[in-house]
Amino acid sequence: MAKAYLSIEGVGVTFTKGAARSEVLTGIDLRVDKGEFVSIIGHSGCGKSTLLNVVAGLAPVTTGAVILDKQEVNAPGPDRAVVFQNHSLLPWLSVRENVSLAVNKVFGASKSAAERRDWTLHNLDLVKMTHAMDKRPAEISGGMKQRVGIARALAMEPKVLLLDEPFGALDALTRAHLQDSVMEIHATLNNTVLMVTHDVDEAALLSDRIVMMTNGPRASIGQVLDVSLDRPRDRLAVAQDPTYIHARAAVIEFLYARRAA
Amino acid sequence: MTFPKPSFSPAEPVVSPVIAPPAGETRTSGLAEVKRRAGAVAAAVIPPLLTLLAILGVWQVVTGDSYAGLPSPAHVWTDSKTLILDPFFDNGGVDKGLFWHVLTSLKRVGIGFSISAVCGVMLGVLIGSNRWAHRGLDPIFQVLRTVPPLAWLPISLAAFREAQPSALFVIFITSIWPIIINTAVGVRNIPADYVNVAKVLRLSPVEYFFQILLPATAPYIFTGLRIGIGMSWLAIVASEMLLGGVGVGFFIWDQYNASRISDIIVALAWVGLTGFFLDRLVALLGHVIARGGAAS
Repeated sequence: MAKAYLSIEGVGVTFTKGAARSEVLTGIDLRVDKGEFVSIIGHSGCGKSTLLNVVAGLAPVTTGAVILDKQEVNAPGPDRAVVFQNHSLLPWLSVRENVSLAVNKVFGASKSAAERRDWTLHNLDLVKMTHAMDKRPAEISGGMKQRVGIARALAMEPKVLLLDEPFGALDALTRAHLQDSVMEIHATLNNTVLMVTHDVDEAALLSDRIVMMTNGPRASIGQVLDVSLDRPRDRLAVAQDPTYIHARAAVIEFLYARRAA
Repeated sequence: MTFPKPSFSPAEPVVSPVIAPPAGETRTSGLAEVKRRAGAVAAAVIPPLLTLLAILGVWQVVTGDSYAGLPSPAHVWTDSKTLILDPFFDNGGVDKGLFWHVLTSLKRVGIGFSISAVCGVMLGVLIGSNRWAHRGLDPIFQVLRTVPPLAWLPISLAAFREAQPSALFVIFITSIWPIIINTAVGVRNIPADYVNVAKVLRLSPVEYFFQILLPATAPYIFTGLRIGIGMSWLAIVASEMLLGGVGVGFFIWDQYNASRISDIIVALAWVGLTGFFLDRLVALLGHVIARGGAAS
């Protein structure tokens, strides 16, 4: 079997707190190809965010390993940029400074100051946030904050982009807007994306593959579903597409009929 | 049971009424603005003034005309007229206006408080970020912080054997605790998200300190500094009792020995007002520097 770009091999995570041990994940095997968009879906508490944190290097594995581009992951780094659920922008910096903090750190040695400035603006332009770049996070809406979070992650030129329920805290309309933006960006840059979500429609619309997790504790991968819809996808057209309807139904069946929480 | 069907009257095209601004509107609104501001100022100034008058009135009635004991406000005025009216006189030696005494004291507080601010923030960061430092130091600090300034006086004198550094030490040791404790709380409350951001970006410890830790804890630090400057000003009387010379603390001590209670009352007013302005100054500074620092 050819080596995948991102490979999660037999990962298990056990948290130990004093004498109490809780096994969160067990025997997770997943291979993600370059440019692939993979969603992880499951009930809350199933450890899907833990899996993402393992890939990010923010949580240590107990067994197994994560290999990205032939290198083992054992610490956080900008090659696995994370878009956190609650944007986690630094409130004392402006929108532009939030992105340029990342740009300056990652490309401080390889790009000149002017190049870094252009790269910051370029990424803000990708998420259509140049108009508010001198505002502070408190002065912009939740959707805009998440856009900036995405820009900051993209600006690190990560090998894999990790999205941790990126649109969970947003209202439905804003969420749809941002999903379209993410699809556009994915089409342009062809990033490898790993996204944690609990939204069936979001998973079916955005992903090439949907990874369904069993309920925790000792959660593992229950089923992996291919969504072979052509890109670019249009949310209106796709809603009538049999492949989409089937994928959606399969995920719902998995989540609610077989693994009811 | 039946419910009446909701009936909707056909919607009339809603014409938003266009209100032509009256010709003199800008002028009237400007005037209204002035009125509003004057009202706000009056609401802030008049109640404390009335309270002050009431206190002075009660004080006057209670103390009456007797010269024994606490002088009445009228006696304070007659006794210490020159001291009240001319704070800038300088007759050489320690015979100076209260402005010069307060200024000298402020310099001392400035030095002592600066040292305690720097040390306090550093110790607070240490305690806040290191579990073992917290376990080891926090209980000791919790005990030491309750020691009153006067009690530090003989100890610091014995240690330094000189008045000047002992006085500064008393100011330092009085004001450092709230700075340490608040900074430590702030460091422990840095949101996990910011720490994760720093980890993903692989910020170095120095970068983390300046880019994440200091801005994230700035509101807490300034709360500590605000309490600290108040306490350092509280310590000034204690520390200047052993210094002698110029300084509002020694002035009070000196007047007490000379039984000039009226002068002490005037000096207390100066001490109180100066402390009030110091507090406001640090609050303002914190407001400007920590702007946007609180998590949104």
